[in-house]
Amino acid sequence: MNLRRDVFQAIADPTRRAILLLLAAQAMTAGAIASNFDTARPTVSKHLQILIECELLKQEPNGREMFYHINAQKMKEIDNFLESFRQLWDKRFNSLEAVMNAHQLKKKKSK
Amino acid sequence: MEQKTKIEALEGRQDLTITRTFDLSVELVYKAHQEAELVAQWMGTKVIQFECHNLGNYRFETEYNGNIVFAANGCFHQVVPNEKIIRTFEMEQACIGASLEILSFEKLTDSSSKLTMHIIYQSEQHRAEQLKMPFAYGLNMAHDKLQEILYSLK
Repeated sequence: MNLRRDVFQAIADPTRRAILLLLAAQAMTAGAIASNFDTARPTVSKHLQILIECELLKQEPNGREMFYHINAQKMKEIDNFLESFRQLWDKRFNSLEAVMNAHQLKKKKSK
Repeated sequence: MEQKTKIEALEGRQDLTITRTFDLSVELVYKAHQEAELVAQWMGTKVIQFECHNLGNYRFETEYNGNIVFAANGCFHQVVPNEKIIRTFEMEQACIGASLEILSFEKLTDSSSKLTMHIIYQSEQHRAEQLKMPFAYGLNMAHDKLQEILYSLK
């Protein structure tokens, strides 16, 4: 498994980036994090799980509650921006493919 | 799985190459770059001006909530249908400067093709600024979303 790529997939999602930004300020519980989003709690939990799996977040218990922290070490590793640039173009070209497929269909129909 | 879009940016250079294979004929991929209406659709931007012929100009503008969040312009230097487009590109209000883009369209089979985009920046630093941009932009978008949420809580 290519872990490096997983990290970029993790940060490709806007909600996960928002979670990272939230936690950059302070450690929080899952409930406190979820209260910042309109999305359902299980969805937020899933995002947290992905961030933990690629080591961008760490869990630490405090009393009976579990707090989520940013793993600063791992965040620093995202210094190679090439992958987000590649994903930007990949997205554009995927959309080119979709647009042209639709364009082709429309043309066939009108014939 | 083999990636359809590849990027090569060698250390210490001021250029980079993006390659992409399409499940589309070379004519269709070229058309997607040559017709303003189609460019607007896949680039997700408003096309203000688009003169896709030798020495023609183009300009894009993207609005978000009534503000212009992205604007770029350039000039077509050379356009050879289904083969090649050489154009300049510059993002307005950015520190990346103008770059030269050489697009080569290549037929693989009747229904597949390959696009090679060679982009040359003014310097290694300009290229580095460009590479950082999508990540920074993504963070800003996330930040904006966060801010919206925070406002709605007030």
